[in-house]
Parts: sequence; structure tokens; C-alpha cells
Amino acid sequence: MEILICIKQVPDTRDVKLDPETNTLKREGVDSIVNPFDLYAMEAALALRDAHGGQVTALTMGPPQAAEALRELVSYGVDEAALLSDRAFAGADTWATSYTLALGAKKLGGFDLIVCGKQAIDGDTAQVGPELAEQLGLPYAAFVRRIVSFDPESGRLTVERLMDDGYDVVEIELPALITVVKEIGEPRVPSLKGKMRAKKIDIPVLTAADIEADEDKIGLSGSPTRVLEVFAPQPRGQRVSIEGEPGEQVRELFEHLKKDKTLAAKVGAS
Amino acid sequence: MSLRVDSELCTACEACVEACPFGAIEVVDGVATPNEKCNLCGACVDVCPVEALSIEGKEAGPVADGYQGVWIFAEQRQGRLAPVAFELLGQGRVLAEKLDAPLAAVLFGSDVKDLAADLFTAGADQVYVADDPRLAGFTDDLYGGVLTQLIRQHRPEIVLSGATAMGRSFIPKVASALHTGLTADCTGLDVRDSDRLLLQTRPAFGGNIMATIICPAKRPQMATVRPRVMRRGPVEAGRSGELIEVSLSSFELVGRTRFVEFVEDLSEKVNLVEADVIVCGGRGLGEAKHFGLLRDLADLLGGSVGATRGAVDSGWISYAHQVGQTGKTVGPKLYIACGVSGAVQHLVGMQSSEVIVAVNKDPHAPIFDVADFGLVGDLFEIVPEMIGQLKAAKS
Repeated sequence: MEILICIKQVPDTRDVKLDPETNTLKREGVDSIVNPFDLYAMEAALALRDAHGGQVTALTMGPPQAAEALRELVSYGVDEAALLSDRAFAGADTWATSYTLALGAKKLGGFDLIVCGKQAIDGDTAQVGPELAEQLGLPYAAFVRRIVSFDPESGRLTVERLMDDGYDVVEIELPALITVVKEIGEPRVPSLKGKMRAKKIDIPVLTAADIEADEDKIGLSGSPTRVLEVFAPQPRGQRVSIEGEPGEQVRELFEHLKKDKTLAAKVGAS
Repeated sequence: MSLRVDSELCTACEACVEACPFGAIEVVDGVATPNEKCNLCGACVDVCPVEALSIEGKEAGPVADGYQGVWIFAEQRQGRLAPVAFELLGQGRVLAEKLDAPLAAVLFGSDVKDLAADLFTAGADQVYVADDPRLAGFTDDLYGGVLTQLIRQHRPEIVLSGATAMGRSFIPKVASALHTGLTADCTGLDVRDSDRLLLQTRPAFGGNIMATIICPAKRPQMATVRPRVMRRGPVEAGRSGELIEVSLSSFELVGRTRFVEFVEDLSEKVNLVEADVIVCGGRGLGEAKHFGLLRDLADLLGGSVGATRGAVDSGWISYAHQVGQTGKTVGPKLYIACGVSGAVQHLVGMQSSEVIVAVNKDPHAPIFDVADFGLVGDLFEIVPEMIGQLKAAKS
């Protein structure tokens, strides 16, 4: 099975803060990491490859340094990698990103399955996977928590997809795309051999010209959405500290909650 | 505006003929030719492999012309409308009145027509219902395909859906097919008076910043909306509206996904996204069996049990319960965090809760920074005390 994983290098959001004066993101000194959900996508892809043969290729769109994220994936056992990088790609929203990834996927060609993480932790949109599937005209299932079976003869993949109230079992015809959640399985550890390969592997860079992108559909100019304003969230929490013996603490808490009408409707008077 | 055909480029492949929802384009003398049924929806432009088709005047300036109305996707699961459908109607009503435009709900499923009555009393002027056995189980192919074609036909200027598993799964397909913008998981929506633009506010970077997004030049403007954030509107008994039945037979539908079955999580209530009360346990619980204590408290409060990544990774409870960056984003009325230290990755998943109560031994635990009420102490003393006092109040 030929598998493509689409990944993203993201700032470690634990460290991202807004500069209160300029209302821009302070990125200095913030580490870049492989989006955690993409490591689950990688693991799902490697497990399918190990069971059914074929190769796993990783693709990302980003600045030149995003090649480091691809090298990291090679260290885990990913076979090939390619980087979509061009100044013209900058500022892309999910529509323009999925358009660009779709052209990259077509350029590399011949995939039976595309696996993406559920979402990236910087944007949290969960939109690029499904939008990419649509751009490529592929069926898809989002939020996959388990791959139940793959039948090479019919080319059908059966998966469990996490819903809010349980899960759905769905069957998809390959070629197809899935996005995965953490439950799909913890990523393996990088191997020594993988690490050696990661240092040496040649990662081709694809520009807008290489993928024959329509310049009206890439980057900021190809993005239907615009960021109008960025601001710091309201600090939250009344931070009322309730002290005393447990019995008193709980009594006082319930009084507060009833005054706020948080509890009144729920438990009646006490 | 008009549909322009470049006869030099056109190869008469008929891709446009197949894509047109209206039978408004045909190949005449080897060239695609639109007829009077064409309403400039652009379906043909999107599929043309040689870019021989274009809509003149479409890209220039505001595109609001011809797009009117606010639509909400009224999600139903197992024949019950999702609570977020009513929240969307409440918010949709506010937007529709500002825009002086009708509010419509879109309902998909099998044997669901009767649900339309509740959508009317909650504020919908129109309900588009596609009631078909093929829509009994949710597949992105069919739900996305039908909604895309309905939007092309009726051209609403705003389309909203809940940011539920279903909405976040299939709405991106629709936005992608329509070549329009989509803003995920909004917590604030408003209309700018000067130009009718939808102002879509959402958290980003794990909740560390808020961003307001607009979609200036494409229609419809689309957003998914976080459940439990928008207010329901008043219910007007007896209020009615226009029921528009949608027949799937007029649509070209490609189904390459087969819905097999839905398996409800019966172990307990885990619909954290819709829960009013969540009692969440962290590593401070120490052992799997102590989640029983939290379940007792949650049951008394009519709530669900959540867990931190630490508790899930320790194997004490299943992933479906995980709240936080790699789990679910929740916003209940009351969130009680027990033995939860409050790692940033957890906080981003729960800080839009209305009221947060934290119980922790460590007075410096970061969870107290976002809590409305902090109880420093031993959860194994405090939680049983909560249970005891609630039981006493009930009897």
C-alpha cells in the first residue's frame, strides 16, 4: 500500500504568548515541533505499511526549516519525504493549504491512502484533511480511532470513527484519506538506523512552479479568509479560594454555586 | 455577471454538463454552451479541467449580490436534534435580523421530517429537509454532497454548523467544494453593519490568542460553532414556517463510503461536548478504581466524567473521556477538576467552561489560576463530602 502522510511543523503552543503591545505572536525562542497528531498519523501509516507492504511518504508545506520535521519522521521509519516551499505559499488558510497539498500529492503521485493528524495544534481547525480529500476527489473519514481491517482485494478499508456520543464503523473505498486521533496508537520510537538515514536523506523541495500552482489559489492571495484582528483572551477565573475543613469548604462552595445559579436548577435547595 | 466560455480551450469533455445541478449547460457544436437556466452557481467552473469556463465579474469586488439568508445545519443523531442546533438557531436569528434576511435550518436523515416542527418554534423561517434512507447513517460523501448542491441552488450568504464531530468532519468538504472560506470552532459571531461581513471569532494557538476572521470575497461565509457557547432563543409555541422537501433523486451523488453501524458508548455518558456538568479526574486520583467516586458525584449532578491525559495514559479510563489538546474541547456550565494539576494542554480544552471548581492538594497547582472556586485539600475527603451533602439535599 502506497501511503502519503501530510504533516505540519508547529510552534510548541505551550510557549506561545501574545505581545500585549503589538498584539502579535511572540515566536522568539519558541521551539518548533512536529504537530503531535501527525505522529499518530505516521504511526498508523507505518503500521499499515508493515502489515501490507509499500512505502510511506511524508509531505509538508512550510518554510525551508520544515525539512527538519520531515527528517524527524524519517528517523521513525518513514521512507520518503518532500517539502512544498515557496514564498508564494505564505499566509495560506485551510483552503489554499489544501489546494497546495493536493497539487503536491498529485505531483508525487500514486497513493492508495493519505493519512493526516486530526488537526494541528496551532490552528486547531481540523479542516485541512477533509478539504484536501475534496480537492483530490477522494472519499474520507475524519477522527479515525481504529483501523479495523483492510481488504486488499476489494481495496476497502474499514475504520472506526470517533463521534461525540460513541463511534461509527465506516467502510471506505481506496484511494481515500483518513484523519486520525490519538487513540489510533502511540508512535514508535526512532531507530538508530532511522536516525542515520534521516541525516543523509535527500528531501526534494517543490515550488509553486514545480506543482504548476494557480497563483490565485495559493498563499494569502488564494485564501478566502482573512484575519481581521488578533487579541488576548479575557483572563478567566474568579479565583475565590475556599478554606477550612472539608465539610465547610463544600458547604461554602455549594452556596456560591447556588448564588450563581450554577447549581440551583440541578439539586434544588439544600 | 455572466458565464464565459473560452471556445478555444473547451474540449467538449462534458465534465461541466455532468456537474451542473440545473441542466443549464450542454455541448453544442463541440463547445460547452450555457442556457437560460444558468444561475451562475459556478459548479461547472470548478470542475472544468482546462479552465475554459469563468464567471465574469465574480472575482471583482464584493460578491454578496444574489446571496441571501442565514442557514444553520440542524444536526440530528438517532432521531434527536443535537442541542447545538437550537443554539445555532438562537444565534442565527440575531444575525438574520441584523441582515434583514430569512433564517433557514437544513435537516438530513431518515424519518426526520417531524423534527422540523421544533426548528420552526425555535426560530427557523424555513426548513430544508432531505429525508431519505440513504441519509440514515452519516457519511461525508452524501451529507457533504447534498449540502453543497443545496447551497449552490439557493445561495445563502451565511452557513453555520455545530463544531461537533459531524460538523467538523463534513462541513470542510462543503467549503472546499464551494471554494469558500470556513472558520472552525467559533465562539463569537457578529455582523459588521457597514458591509454585512460575518465577524467570526475563535480561539487559536491552544486558546492563547483569539482571532477574528472574515471571508470578504467568497460566498457563503461558513463557520462551525462551538457547542454550548451561543444562547438559545425563545421558543414560540405554534410558530410555523415553510417546509421545503429536498429529493435526492435530482442530485448526482457519489457514495464511496459505506456507513456500517453506530456504536454508542454505553459504558457511561461520555458526550462531554454536550454535557452540562463535567467531573474531571487527573493523576491525583492515583488509581483507576477511584474514578468510581467521580462517577458518583457526576451522577448526582447529572453530569459526565472527564479525565486528563495523564489519567488516560495511565490506563485508568478510556480516551473518549480525555479533555484537552489531544482530547476533547468542552464548555459545560460546571467543571469540577479533582486532582488535576492544570497543564496548559488540559486548560485549553476546558477553560471556556462557565464555572470551574478545582480541588487539589497543591495550592500552587496551575488549575487554580483558571478556577472560579479553588478548594485546597484532599480530594478523597472533599469529594465524598460533596456527595454526602448532595445526597442529604436530595432526600
